[in-house]
Amino acid sequence: MKNETTVERKSERELVVTRTFNGPARIVFEAWTKPELLKRWWAPKSFGISFVSCEADARTGGTYRFVFSHPSSEQPMAFFGRYIEVTPHSRLVWTNEEGGDDGSVTTVTFEESGGKTLVVLHDLYPTKEALDAAIASQSTSGFDETFAQLDAFLVTLR
Amino acid sequence: MVQYTKARLDASFAALSDATRRGVLEQLGRADASITDLAEKFHMTLTGMKKHVGVLEQAGLVTTEKIGRVRTCRLGLRRLEQEAAWIETYRQLWEARFDALDQVVEELKAKEKADARKKRE
Repeated sequence: MKNETTVERKSERELVVTRTFNGPARIVFEAWTKPELLKRWWAPKSFGISFVSCEADARTGGTYRFVFSHPSSEQPMAFFGRYIEVTPHSRLVWTNEEGGDDGSVTTVTFEESGGKTLVVLHDLYPTKEALDAAIASQSTSGFDETFAQLDAFLVTLR
Repeated sequence: MVQYTKARLDASFAALSDATRRGVLEQLGRADASITDLAEKFHMTLTGMKKHVGVLEQAGLVTTEKIGRVRTCRLGLRRLEQEAAWIETYRQLWEARFDALDQVVEELKAKEKADARKKRE
């Protein structure tokens, strides 16, 4: 049975993702901190993303750099930042610096209970505007394309 | 989603079929305005303007907010729908990642068991 993934906009500048895994925290934590394991799940095939390279020095003060390719983009996309806190088997905090100063800080907690691990991921943006901008710039679903025509019309009204 | 989008588009185009409502959008494109302002500008009764704004609001083209006794109207641009769609995409991304992570966790568990068995032997 698959466990449910939930996402909630917890506040004006915070998104929270939760998911339970059927394994102990030390194993789940290992999969989040070793590049050779991260590589196997961070870039989902169903999204057409694949890793070009994956570097992660998961120690407090260490850095990471993930480079992906996607068929729709000629240039590879790089995501990078640094680990602010790495507490084995319980907590990971890193920065997301590819977007400049408006990047979020991601906190992941691992809570083990009865051989299962609850993972809670917080993405905290510096301001409400930064999260709104992330939402506006990355809204690339078909849903928005449907509205492109109408938007073009509305722009002529301005 | 397709059904919903189609219904939304129908509502949007119906809302835009009226000259006054197009004028209201044009006006709000320049600046936010209260229903009273809009009624005056378009030489209409408050009730008449409320109806027009209601149609635009239902189509997601305008949002209104009541502060004190004044209801302020602004261009909506479906921000809430856009946000909901983005959050759903974001959820799907994490779900796809986590499904793959399940596999990795299963393999690591199996490996740990095998290693423990080897140690005992």
